[in-house]
Amino acid sequence: MTDLNRLASMLMELDDQMAACMKCGMCQSVCPVFSETMLEADVTRGKITLLEHLGREMIKDPRQVSAKLNRCLLCGSCEANCPSGVKIMDIFMKARVIATSYKGLSSGKKLVFRGLLKHPGLFNLLTEMSAKLQGSFTTIENEAANTASCGILSPLIGKRHLTLLNKRPFRKDYPFLNTERGSSGLKAAFFTGCLVDKLYPNIGHAAVKVLKHHETGIFIPEGQGCCGIPALASGDIETFRDLVKMNIEVFEKGDFDYLITPCATCTSVIKKTWLKMLKDDDKELYEKVQVLASRTMDISQFLVDKVGLKINDKTGIKKSVTYHDPCHLDKSLGITSQPRKLISASSSELKEMNEANRCCGCGGTFNLYHYDISKKIGERKGENIRASKADIVATSCPACMMQINDMISQSGGGIDIRHVIEVYADSIDD
Amino acid sequence: MINKKLIKEFEAVVGKNGVMQSESDLHSYSYDSAVLDPVTPALIVKPTDTDQLGPIVKLCNENGLPLTVRGAGTNLSGGTIPDKGGVVLLTNGLNKILEINEQDLYAVVEPGVITAQFAAEVSKRGLFYPPDPGSQAVSTLGGNVAENAGGLRGLKYGVTKDYIMGIDFFDAGGDLIKSGSRTVKCVTGYNLGGLMAGSEGTLGVFKNIILKLIPPPRAQKAMMAVFDNVDKASESVAAVIAAKIVPCTLEFLDKVTVKYVEDYTKVGLPTDAEAILLIEVDGHPAEVAEDAEKIVEICKKAGALSVKAAENAEERANLWAARRNALPALARAKPTTVLEDATVPRSKIPEMIRTLNEIALKYDLTIGTFGHAGDGNLHPTILCDRRDKEEYKRVEDAVNEIFEKALALKGTLSGEHGIGKAKSKWMEKETSRATLEYSLKMKKAIDPNNILNPGKIIGEL
Repeated sequence: MTDLNRLASMLMELDDQMAACMKCGMCQSVCPVFSETMLEADVTRGKITLLEHLGREMIKDPRQVSAKLNRCLLCGSCEANCPSGVKIMDIFMKARVIATSYKGLSSGKKLVFRGLLKHPGLFNLLTEMSAKLQGSFTTIENEAANTASCGILSPLIGKRHLTLLNKRPFRKDYPFLNTERGSSGLKAAFFTGCLVDKLYPNIGHAAVKVLKHHETGIFIPEGQGCCGIPALASGDIETFRDLVKMNIEVFEKGDFDYLITPCATCTSVIKKTWLKMLKDDDKELYEKVQVLASRTMDISQFLVDKVGLKINDKTGIKKSVTYHDPCHLDKSLGITSQPRKLISASSSELKEMNEANRCCGCGGTFNLYHYDISKKIGERKGENIRASKADIVATSCPACMMQINDMISQSGGGIDIRHVIEVYADSIDD
Repeated sequence: MINKKLIKEFEAVVGKNGVMQSESDLHSYSYDSAVLDPVTPALIVKPTDTDQLGPIVKLCNENGLPLTVRGAGTNLSGGTIPDKGGVVLLTNGLNKILEINEQDLYAVVEPGVITAQFAAEVSKRGLFYPPDPGSQAVSTLGGNVAENAGGLRGLKYGVTKDYIMGIDFFDAGGDLIKSGSRTVKCVTGYNLGGLMAGSEGTLGVFKNIILKLIPPPRAQKAMMAVFDNVDKASESVAAVIAAKIVPCTLEFLDKVTVKYVEDYTKVGLPTDAEAILLIEVDGHPAEVAEDAEKIVEICKKAGALSVKAAENAEERANLWAARRNALPALARAKPTTVLEDATVPRSKIPEMIRTLNEIALKYDLTIGTFGHAGDGNLHPTILCDRRDKEEYKRVEDAVNEIFEKALALKGTLSGEHGIGKAKSKWMEKETSRATLEYSLKMKKAIDPNNILNPGKIIGEL
């Protein structure tokens, strides 16, 4: 059996799921990448066709198919609107794993995923050092947004306005926390996520402030790490699995009612992707994943549905806030009303933007490899945000915040970019 | 044959980025929405300006390259499946609305404009473009014209061809041909624009299309009637038409479809019903109210189990949810969805439905039927798995029998999906040998090298 035969037979395991695609092409109407490039291979129907043709050995060059497969934000807009209900994200994740098992992981990715993500201590140390050094190589572009451009790295990162690593990561202040249930009778484990820890520690502090305010117990274990999605998106199932296992081990030690995260992507990955990808894994691990996934929720969902909000009516500081729906909350989990309720409860005026649930174009590593397309999608988001004339744009995902930061900063700044939990935290007394 | 020199010539017309020929690009344009085998072309060309179209066609003609024009690729009869070794021309970069004229009620568009986006733009100006094919969220107006696309509003408002005022197109040699005008009346020369409607890319390549616009209706009202018998539903349709009421939509769902829709949506449809009619009237508010009242009466008199009229926009949306979810609900049931569109005279619907049920039994298949009861355009939808060869043979036999019956009832092979590759072998049966000969002669005269989407509609020359 040649390598190509083997690859084809692995892909044929996805055939049942792919056969459900009737090639109606309705994905063209919602795919953010297709709307920029108008190329069939960039939309779901085209990608599924390429995988089918590769599986049937009608295509000889798997590298081309793999490259097309990576031109996808994994935003799930197509799946949420698919008339046939095709499990598109399952197919694409598994196909990426199969492609990587065929062509191997690039040495750079190996270093990052296996060397760093799997070793949170080392990852923390390295990012902390970088945070201290980054000032020497960057030019501050927008102080309020904490973005900068970087001349030295411009061949690699172009003219991006990067969100800077924070000098004091969240977990430096909260390496461990375990407080009792207060009057709410509830206790939440807090899954911090990499971006909140290293780029946006304020989100973590806001979350702690709000949870304390509502007298909710908090559990933040030591040794928690990345949810695994960057590794999985690159097809590195080995690192992904190790990260799931590591996180399960540190959280299972705690006594809590719900696992909450302020990151839409982490929430969706823990709740759905962990389950899907580890279904055929060892039974013990899978059962633990099932338990944790069933208790996982977005932080605003927890506050609105479980804790109950206290409406704050501070007068005189009424700011207008527009909300961007992260794909991983809206399309993946159907969470749209709770973050908006959090904004309303903060005595801010909610001003809806056009296409609030249209993808911002970040897509994690997509932004690194396809910045030209990512930026075009982001600019449309930026224009919609500006057109809303709101003072603040709030969202529920730090990855979206990074992208929106870049777009707003490059187009002159002037709008605050906040997480909804920060907006709400600002409205309550310490 | 495509060679380096030829690729350079195409690149000279559309630029380097406009020519694609990698294996994966070619495969991603080898198919459309029809359940047919893919065919890989040799080259993809993506113009960014309609002036590039003439030179592209000319190059294809001079080199004997089969040329298939592709918009959104949502064709259901294989009209956008290319020829082996041929060229696929993408129109989705040609997507400018050139003019919307509110005084003279017309619009001029490039072929790649998306139907729903155009309709929305027209609506913003307080006007109305009625054709609404099921794929309108992605389909292009060029594709709609080439297929003479229909939709839900066909009964009252007609189909795409009824809105074509003129088309400028390139002939097989790449010369620009002008037809029609911006006036309501125009009898200058042959009706070449009309000839383009439903030509499926076999007679010319569109540059600009002039489309008729109308003022929108001021009010509408939707109703749902449930029947325990298909004949009663059909009698209601006949009685509504006999009462000189022309609803803008008159949709039918059979028992199988209702069951699947209810399983999927849980909106509370009566699963014991044999047929559901969804009827909407539009126009002047007073006329709408009067017509709606009459329709409710007619349906009750015909023996409907229940008739419900929507009192507000939300109720209207709820009633339509059943119809909107018909295809998604059926499509989820099995991997392959064979969506047919054999059409019969309105009065023959009960007989056609009976036959469809017999065919389903005979070939041991699940067939859900829904569609446009007002114009007899049914969509028998066969749920199957194409990978199961034995079952798919039964599907093909069943489809043949559906065509036989539709023709026996003086109906037609296709109401709106086109003939393409899928039904060309049936052309002579519905028309005549002489009709086919006439069409073949016309094609030969217009396209002597047979480069314009060869093999579609009239088969191989």
